[in-house]
Amino acid sequence: MTDNSHARPGAQVHFGVFFQGVNHTTIWSDPSSGSQIDFETFRRVALTAERGLFDAFFLGEGLRLREQGGKILDLDIVGRPDAITQLAALAGITRHIGLVATQNTTYNEPADLARRLSGLDLLSGGRAGWNAVTTDNAWTGENFRRGGYLDHADRYERAGQFLDTARAIWDAWADDAVATSTDAPTWAAPDGVQQVTRRTSQFDVAITPTLPRSAQGHPVIFQAGDSPAGRDFAAGRADVIFSRHGTHFDEALAFAEDIRARLRRAGRPEDDVKILPGTQIVLAETASEVEEKVRWVLEGQYTGQTALSLVGQVWGRDLSDRDPDGPLPEFDPVPAPISVTRGAARDGKDPLAIAREWRALAEAQNLSLRQVAIATTQRSGFAGTPGQVADELTRWVRSGATDGFNISPYLVPTGLDDIVDLLVPELQERGSYRTEYEGSTLREHLGLRPPLSRRELPPRQATG
Amino acid sequence: MSLHLGIELDGEGAHPEAWRRAGHSPDRLLTGRTVADRVAAAENAGFTFATFEDSLLPPGADGGPVGRIDAVNRAAFVAATTSTLGLVPVVGTTYAEPFHTSSQLATLDYASRGRGGWIASRDTDPRVASALGRSAVTVPADLAREERDAITVVRDLWDSWEDDAVIRDYATGRFVDRDRLHYIDFQGDTYSVKGPAIVPRPPQGQLVVFGRGGEVDPSQVDVVLVSEATLDDIADAAARTKDRGAALVFVELDVALGSSTPAPPSGRLSFAGEASGLLELLRALDPHVDGVRLHPAVVDHDLPVLARYVVPALLREGLAHRPVTGATLRGTLGLARPDTRFQAPRLEDSPR
Ligand SMILES: Cc1cc2nc3c(=O)[nH]c(=O)nc-3n(C[C@H](O)[C@H](O)[C@H](O)COP(=O)(O)O)c2cc1C
Repeated sequence: MTDNSHARPGAQVHFGVFFQGVNHTTIWSDPSSGSQIDFETFRRVALTAERGLFDAFFLGEGLRLREQGGKILDLDIVGRPDAITQLAALAGITRHIGLVATQNTTYNEPADLARRLSGLDLLSGGRAGWNAVTTDNAWTGENFRRGGYLDHADRYERAGQFLDTARAIWDAWADDAVATSTDAPTWAAPDGVQQVTRRTSQFDVAITPTLPRSAQGHPVIFQAGDSPAGRDFAAGRADVIFSRHGTHFDEALAFAEDIRARLRRAGRPEDDVKILPGTQIVLAETASEVEEKVRWVLEGQYTGQTALSLVGQVWGRDLSDRDPDGPLPEFDPVPAPISVTRGAARDGKDPLAIAREWRALAEAQNLSLRQVAIATTQRSGFAGTPGQVADELTRWVRSGATDGFNISPYLVPTGLDDIVDLLVPELQERGSYRTEYEGSTLREHLGLRPPLSRRELPPRQATG
Repeated sequence: MSLHLGIELDGEGAHPEAWRRAGHSPDRLLTGRTVADRVAAAENAGFTFATFEDSLLPPGADGGPVGRIDAVNRAAFVAATTSTLGLVPVVGTTYAEPFHTSSQLATLDYASRGRGGWIASRDTDPRVASALGRSAVTVPADLAREERDAITVVRDLWDSWEDDAVIRDYATGRFVDRDRLHYIDFQGDTYSVKGPAIVPRPPQGQLVVFGRGGEVDPSQVDVVLVSEATLDDIADAAARTKDRGAALVFVELDVALGSSTPAPPSGRLSFAGEASGLLELLRALDPHVDGVRLHPAVVDHDLPVLARYVVPALLREGLAHRPVTGATLRGTLGLARPDTRFQAPRLEDSPR
């Protein structure tokens, strides 16, 4: 079903690195695994990514430690830095790479978040991005003054209004608002800064913004929701989608087609939003080494305890005394009145339906509990020799299935080393990867046009 | 005794016309370069710490700078490019979410390897509330309550992970020991916070918390900043503040050196003149306070004079000490690294 109408012969692969926070993707049990929290680990990953000419360094967000059955989940990596603060620190020691912070629109206020994001954007010389997510569960809300006040149904409404307010704040300073000479009558032109006033269903804001626009206008907007409402939000307001569709080519292409249709409906050109699925890349020199390494990675990610925990999340009870290499439980999941696992991806789906699906899968392929956990939760993307993976990634991008990939290393801080040292050169040989940074801003790296809200305006005057 | 030397690096300086005397054009103020250059100059000079004022509102006087990058961002931006300077941003206590404040400051402490601090400050201008869509807190008792609660929550969150909560226990497959992670279950008059933090306990255990004299409860902070106009009043205020439980008392001091014009009166002690005069004033302050926070009238003018004539003389006299690489800000200030208040009984301590 390959559709060639979106073939893009010269297209280049874009890479981001997703330094995962709370997760079982990163193998902490390996002797070469560094600290997950020390700044040194982040520094090394960011500098390696920059050496590999990546577009962006990306941080997720979770504002409460995950729990299962009322207890903090203790098997996975937990604990992570505040994203914007950490990225500001990385801005000080990098020169090119984009710095993208996942930040929710529920437990923040536009006046504050827009300012912190544009602070990062200014300090980094136009390299900031914002992955706008819509976390709204009351459980996370217990860490905030506002609590869990927001209805699930209202989250994209608030997100849309939030983003529009943030844009108004970012656009409030005229490009020549600030004097360029110490002899000027005033530091800022009297009419150079506009007051922003918003009265909407979610906001009542009156503010005099304190920051000018950055070298890239304002932070690049990422979006990472997958529902129809989430996709429309992206088509209407985002620059980049961090998608889940990075495993199966046909699925990725279908997703991209859907986004292009939504973009057309929103009155935007089809290539106006870039799609970067999350992925994992396993490289080795020969086919048998690849196979062995994939097995090693999966076993490190899905320890017996982790597999029991993942399946226990669906079954709604503690399964830690069962055999991970035995079958799925013969009894049915407890249909919990409230989700037993907090902060996990499967939050909210019907456990009985999932159990039925998993049993069918286990039977058809004769899988153990652990193998089911791997088969159903693994989002792994690509494995092969550097040449094979380079061919495959090039095909994806040139067929219009994605614009690139947001890579989660399965090890930190060294997990990007082979990608940068082996895969990037292969891509460069194929002409599908940059050989130097062409611009200085994240917007330029991604090949994005100017910010949506400023396109109708005449081009900026270069200022000295 | 000796003095800990701090310098306030916000904007172009305390003088409303400082921007006219800056070493760059006005539109270079809000750049990483300006922040980094000044911080590097302060560190090289031998200062103990730099502070970064902040508010959600435009700073400054009529005609002066109306822009400001948020303070935590500025401190974090230089965290990994400096090695001895304490980095102390202002973060408000009236409206900010303490959970965010705690995470941001803990992250600063990691990035700076234990050189982070916090000036806890009240947001007294109702326009901050309007910007955030909140109702304004204006009654002094309410401002005090919000401040007390914010400091409590931030500190509790820093303590909510014991230092050794990350165990990486291969045998049981456990990354953390959940018994060493603690819900803080803070219950205040206007809000509650559950915890634990998402950032593990910062390198210093607790960052160095600064508060303003006359506002903050001295027992809640490590450093009280007193702001009085005369030497006698400072001596009095410092003694009283110590009596009320302050570990350290620092004085706010406006400086305008050489040809720098003094800023209009701010209620702080103020010095204008040659470097030698400032040295004398600092010697006179030394018996009464533990440190100073200098507010230069014009950063680009006063900082080089401080770096060339004032700090080296103090270092030579032993009246100040250059912080050493690898030391934490707590360590430099002579403050102990506290145990977490949530320390759970250990297997080895408690038979079961
Ligand atoms: C690839 C991907 C990554 C995400 N990362 C985060 C994250 O780091 N933090 C978060 O709170 N939500 C994250 N989300 C959640 C989404 O932002 C969104 O809240 C969720 O997917 C529900 O929205 P939807 O129904 O539109 O999918 C992520 C979603 C996707 C698809």
